[in-house]
Amino acid sequence: MNYHWDWMFFFQETDDGLKYYDWILSGLGWTTFVSLASLAVALTLGSVLGVMRTTPKRWLVGLGDAYVDVFRNVPLIVQLFMWFFVVPELVPEKLGIWMKQDLPYFVTAIVGLGLYTAARIAEQVKAGINSLSRGQRFAGLALGFTEWQTYRYVRLPMAYRIVLPALTSEAMNIFKNSAVTYAVGILELYFQYKQIIEKTSQVLEITIVVTLSYFILAFVMNRILAFVEARTRVPGLIVGQKGGK
Amino acid sequence: MSDFDFSVITQNWAFLAEGLRYTLQVTVTAMLGGILIGTLLALMRLSSIVPLQWFAAGYVNIFRSVPLVQVILAFYLIIPLVLQMITGKQIPIGAANSAYFTFTIFEAAYYSEIMRSGIQSIPKGQIAAGYALGFTYGQTMRFVVLPQAFRNMLPVLLTQTIILFQDVSLVYAIGATDFFGAADKITQRDLRPVEMYTTVAVVYFIICFTLSRLVKRLQSRIAIIR
Repeated sequence: MNYHWDWMFFFQETDDGLKYYDWILSGLGWTTFVSLASLAVALTLGSVLGVMRTTPKRWLVGLGDAYVDVFRNVPLIVQLFMWFFVVPELVPEKLGIWMKQDLPYFVTAIVGLGLYTAARIAEQVKAGINSLSRGQRFAGLALGFTEWQTYRYVRLPMAYRIVLPALTSEAMNIFKNSAVTYAVGILELYFQYKQIIEKTSQVLEITIVVTLSYFILAFVMNRILAFVEARTRVPGLIVGQKGGK
Repeated sequence: MSDFDFSVITQNWAFLAEGLRYTLQVTVTAMLGGILIGTLLALMRLSSIVPLQWFAAGYVNIFRSVPLVQVILAFYLIIPLVLQMITGKQIPIGAANSAYFTFTIFEAAYYSEIMRSGIQSIPKGQIAAGYALGFTYGQTMRFVVLPQAFRNMLPVLLTQTIILFQDVSLVYAIGATDFFGAADKITQRDLRPVEMYTTVAVVYFIICFTLSRLVKRLQSRIAIIR
């Protein structure tokens, strides 16, 4: 094979005076930041939507269902392009100009990725709440809790523990999905990957390094949430998998 | 909103339809190829031969931990290198063709996990029964286990295919003209992002929403009552 291996190129200087490994580190930083911020958006909104879809109020259920249907059935890249190029044209003109000129790119990207992931998290939160027996809610109501209090003190603490493994895989997915934000100008890891390939053509080395980086990010997330899972486990309560009843 | 110009869509419909056709072709190819390779991987993973287990586990874990956009670009660049190594000639394959290969290989990892849980959902007694009837391993799999695994997993396989259909939009990374790529190219030329991207979003929504409702209905119809 006439491919020229050169691992040392990572230490070569780039056009902007940095070294190639600096580009990778900066990409890693952006990927981590965008992913974690989107995850925060997604967890918050996803929980609200998930709860909405389990309430007895028809219109709340309908609203939550509609959200999930819309956001799950349009590709992420199309959603991001909608937020960047279509929504600013449809909102009132002043707001549109502000979105196009003053709002930092990464905020729009984080919101876009967050809203996309929220639909998936809403599905899981809903499944978690529905997996609890009805008696849990009745017991809460019988103790004089309001509907909201049964969520806050009885149902959500259980539901989150049950769906934590599913949330873990969603939290790992968000690192991968964040790669798509390169298309709207975020200088994250995949963007740097593409850029380094264009500059150096050392495809194989950089592919190995970036693949490992994504692998490590997902792995660290997995370990952190496994730790959370172990710490929040209620003794005597079997959660996760199937036998939780 | 008032100046939403439908003529932009009608004028470019042929180009968009061509893109949609490509998206569907990639989806169907990757679905069939992916399920085939995925089933083989699942059988390897569940086999008693340790190197085969390792290979399948490594394959699945690597592809499932990497962003699809990165795989699309990497394969687009690496396939010609490999072809050159084998044949000694430079063979340009083009972005559109490399996507068929990339998606098949990539989706196989996901289909393999689905098939694995499908195979594992079959009670051990079924396999024992197969052996007791004098079937070989291959016959037990072919006539007893896999037909049931496919049936149980059909809704999940189809749901994964809907995700795959949406993911084809990521060939944007290598500039292939899929449905979204077509709309994007028209936008670059005509500067009508609102009409173009909205059309793509709406069409994707209608197709995926309808399909996922059909899958849901199928799921309740083919469920085996145990």
